[in-house]
Amino acid sequence: MSSEHKDVDQHSGTETTGHEWDGIKELNTPLPKWWLYTFYVTVVWALGYFIVFPAIPYFDGSKWDATGGVINYDQRAVVAEAVEENEARLKPYTEAIVKASFQEILADQELMDVAYAGGSIAFKENCAGCHGTGAQGFVAFPNLNDDDWLWGGTIEDIHQTITHGIRWEQDYDTRYSQMPSFGSDEILEKEDIKDVTQYVMQLGGLDHSAEAAARGATVFEEQCSVCHAADGKGDKTQGAPNLTDAIWLFGSDRETIYETIYYARNSVMPAWKERLDEATIKKLAVYVYSLGGGVEPSDAAAR
Amino acid sequence: MQMSHAIFERNSIILLIGVLITVAIGGIVEIVPLFLIKNTIERVEGMRPYTPLELAGRQIYLREGCYTCHSQMIRSLRSEVDRYGHYSLAAESMYDHPFQWGSKRTGPDLARVGGKYSDEWHQVHMKNPRNVVPNSIMPGYAFLSEEVLETEEIKDLIKAHRMTGVPYDDEMVENALADLKAQANPDSDYDDLLNRYGEKVSVRDFAGDGPKVTELDALIAYLQMLGTLVDTDVYGIEAKLQQ
Ligand code: HEC
Ligand code: HEC
Ligand code: HEC
Repeated sequence: MSSEHKDVDQHSGTETTGHEWDGIKELNTPLPKWWLYTFYVTVVWALGYFIVFPAIPYFDGSKWDATGGVINYDQRAVVAEAVEENEARLKPYTEAIVKASFQEILADQELMDVAYAGGSIAFKENCAGCHGTGAQGFVAFPNLNDDDWLWGGTIEDIHQTITHGIRWEQDYDTRYSQMPSFGSDEILEKEDIKDVTQYVMQLGGLDHSAEAAARGATVFEEQCSVCHAADGKGDKTQGAPNLTDAIWLFGSDRETIYETIYYARNSVMPAWKERLDEATIKKLAVYVYSLGGGVEPSDAAAR
Repeated sequence: MQMSHAIFERNSIILLIGVLITVAIGGIVEIVPLFLIKNTIERVEGMRPYTPLELAGRQIYLREGCYTCHSQMIRSLRSEVDRYGHYSLAAESMYDHPFQWGSKRTGPDLARVGGKYSDEWHQVHMKNPRNVVPNSIMPGYAFLSEEVLETEEIKDLIKAHRMTGVPYDDEMVENALADLKAQANPDSDYDDLLNRYGEKVSVRDFAGDGPKVTELDALIAYLQMLGTLVDTDVYGIEAKLQQ
């Protein structure tokens, strides 16, 4: 520091840098001390960070790597540990749920509470997009609260549906059936489809033309009864819905029913065995079963 | 000391060199790690380049700005892993140019949305999300099912990705258009497509609208493959726990 050059600007009373350009001098206004020291602290912090955390790249002769730092921090190990810890905490329940039969779970209040709570969380994340947060369903995605089941409402049936999905082709054990596209594949004439539409409306107790429905009855007998049964009450082994009740997957107006028969829908539900573990799937089955529409095995046999 | 920087002030060449050196330090610190990035991506099995149809769908994802609300990176935190599935591996986005990691989540992360829903669900949801998620604030994209996919540039698009290092071979470039059409039509002869991109490629009428290929076909093809290529059991948490 050349203190003898000290040169103070008369107007502001501030020291100048001593440089002079064509008579113009530059004021010397240093950074505030607190700012400067904060800056030095961050530099020291950065150096410390370099040493403590993985940071410095080096070439180990064959490939590039980075130092692990003093504490050898690894976020992936941290998650793995957190996941493991959580699993360990839940293990007594998870194991019990995987091991127990459904009848045992339903009979054991504690297991039941755990399964129901876990199932309801998993349902919101994985199923609510299609079946709704309250499992009330949407057009083309069935309501799971009622006792009108496409593929069966025993807890085992539900478990099977969730595990392997419905028409989910990547899963070899998926539930499968295919209603033909009677119109677009030219199996039936448009007139026949109109008639059988009227017959379906008659079955469902909707307003219909009796004359057309009478003609439609023959078509139904020939083309539809293999799946929907002669009385229209459906067949759970093929996921064919009961057409005589007031519950409609796709809607009960004439155009919608006509379209269903013309194009067929063959809705798809994903299989969950790849995405969720067995304990979660079992919890989900318990949850769905308990929503109100679950069917006792003995009832199912009686139907 | 006070006067020492006068030398920079008086000589513009020296000033220029000084500036260059200072900027270069910042540049080197930021750029050099990029040269080493190949080494920080774990080697995994199952990664393949996007098929032409998926790539076209990805372009629509970019065009519509889906990334303004959706991220595609599951962070390595337990809450994320619990909700979205295994955390994303670097290798899973190695063919993404530009990557879609993002940090803005108005909607959920989409890194593993492939196979979570059916094509029908995506059709309904893209048309109007409120038909399946009543309180959704995602906009509807009903026009996608009406717009026929523009395919003139698909070959150039693949070439451009090849220039960035995605391993498309000559055959893939040559047959880009044929492959694109084959994937959206289950009645086509799609063996060549599978030979080029692997047996696991899904061939379906994604938008459920018959033989025409719409923007919706491409977008759903893209969404349905997100996060499905790598078997994370082999590389991720399970493997870590076994160590
Ligand atoms: C992509 C949409 C979708 C998702 C996600 C979905 N489902 Fe479904 N689910 C369906 C469709 C569609 C059907 C009816 C298929 C049919 O018509 O046969 C169905 C049927 C069912 C059935 C059978 C209903 C019956 O009447 O037999 C059960 C049980 C079920 N789902 C449970 C679940 C559970 C639990 C989850 C979450 C793990 C889930 N679903 C996720 C679309 C979905
Ligand atoms: C191979 C079995 C099969 C045959 C044959 C069949 N269906 Fe279906 N049908 C189904 C299945 C399975 C569904 C369930 C919905 C789906 O496809 O997701 C269904 C659904 C329906 C529905 C919709 C019900 C609702 O709740 O919205 C109607 C209506 C219907 N069928 C009418 C017919 C008529 C009429 C015929 C004959 C012309 C017929 N089906 C032949 C299997 C069949
Ligand atoms: C304004 C923000 C916004 C934009 C833009 C947006 N989304 Fe969404 N998205 C959401 C929200 C919020 C949800 C959650 C509610 C729902 O499922 O609709 C969502 C949900 C989704 C889901 C379901 C994810 C899951 O796991 O349930 C998919 C798939 C999706 N969006 C795709 C897209 C695509 C593709 C685009 C671009 C064409 C897009 N989104 C644009 C906000 C947005």
